[in-house]
Amino acid sequence: MIELKKVHKSFGDLEVLKGIDLTVKKGEVLSVIGGSGSGKSTMLYCINAIERIQKGEVLVDGISVHDKSTNINTLRQKIGMVFQQWNSFPHLTVLENASLSPQIVLGKSKEQAEKIAKEQLDHVGLADKFNVYPGKLSGGQQQRLAIARALAMEPEYMLFDEITSALDPELVGEVLDTLRLLRKEGMTMICVTHEISFAREVSDNVAFFHKGIIEEFGPPSQVISNPTSEKTKQFLSKVLQ
Amino acid sequence: MSNKMIKYSIYTLIFTYIVYQIIVSVSASSLTYYDLVFLLEGLERTIYISAVSIFFGTIFGVVFGWMKVSLGTFGNLILSGFLDILRSVPLIIQLILFYSFMGILEIDISVFWVGAIILSAYTAAFVTEVVRAGIESVPQTTRRAARSLGMTYWQDYRYIVFPLGLRAVFPAWISIVLSVIKDSALVSVIGYLELLKTTEELISKTQEALLLLLGIGLFYFIISYPISLYAVYLERKLKI
Repeated sequence: MIELKKVHKSFGDLEVLKGIDLTVKKGEVLSVIGGSGSGKSTMLYCINAIERIQKGEVLVDGISVHDKSTNINTLRQKIGMVFQQWNSFPHLTVLENASLSPQIVLGKSKEQAEKIAKEQLDHVGLADKFNVYPGKLSGGQQQRLAIARALAMEPEYMLFDEITSALDPELVGEVLDTLRLLRKEGMTMICVTHEISFAREVSDNVAFFHKGIIEEFGPPSQVISNPTSEKTKQFLSKVLQ
Repeated sequence: MSNKMIKYSIYTLIFTYIVYQIIVSVSASSLTYYDLVFLLEGLERTIYISAVSIFFGTIFGVVFGWMKVSLGTFGNLILSGFLDILRSVPLIIQLILFYSFMGILEIDISVFWVGAIILSAYTAAFVTEVVRAGIESVPQTTRRAARSLGMTYWQDYRYIVFPLGLRAVFPAWISIVLSVIKDSALVSVIGYLELLKTTEELISKTQEALLLLLGIGLFYFIISYPISLYAVYLERKLKI
């Protein structure tokens, strides 16, 4: 379970998160929508401590993420993350990209790590690309590689930060299909996304972020189909046109 | 015939011609066998002092480069000031000053180590900037991805920053190496008997200035050119 309790985060004078309360249970999918600058990506970064918080608490399976005594590297093994920019490691082949961290972080043998990596690459449809360098892949393929690389760590949670935003429109579908697959398998996910129809389709809950607070929260049938807040309505009418 | 082959044919021709001329001239000159051995010892010392300085200069440069991107403003200010002095004051002046200081303080240190320390510090000052640029060439987002996979700070450096940064700045590092080999000639001013100094002594002994200078020019080329060739080869091999 991921819990955020009254989380505040500032960059200098700019307060980006103004008290976020959020709970995501095991097996749930949460979609986070909102305009740019609303703090939704920052919130994601606070969950695996890429960004530090100023006030409040983030708990993952009851462990306080921002506590000084918490070993953040161990905690991050539980939480896979995929970014907008796919961030492949360009000097490693596809297989090495996915098998590196199981080896050096989890201490698996090369054979074990490659076995897991191959399974996950196969899973996202990159079985024929093991020995290719990421530079030779399309954006969609690189993004699927990033998903497989995170999954090879066998995480319990996955965080997705606008993973389709930097893709050409025709490549978005293949990446969303991979997410649908994960959803079916019961992975716990938090997806920051601009794909409203995708959010409606896969989410258990949707959170609408506005200026650092959660303006509206609930199942997609409520937040997306029948929003009560004016701000949610305005936002949705803009993105859905 | 490819351009490359033409280039190498021309090099070979010039090289053979010079070597031929040198052999002819040496046999006609007053240079003895022992003079040549003396010269080769100088060559050996040039290679030795360059290798030592590049080794220590690179190690310190890597540490300083890492410090430059990791330290706060204050630490950076001190480090940068120190390195800026090393980079801006001509090497020959640094050598003479440091050598004189050692004399004034009556510290018993060989000319080799005076030369090697200054040359190492000078190399480190340049390598620092190259290392800093290398580290900064790796996108922050890539490093975030590495950390998000559970890699520790040092694992990120070892597996992501180092291999990527190295590729970005390897050519720059090689040009530092080549210039250190040539700059090592300046150590002759404090009396270290490297290639240039041995040559100077032979010139005053035999008066064969042109021949000897041509000869050691060739020696410097023989040391440096294989390095730059090997660098090009490595660069291609590492290319992503």
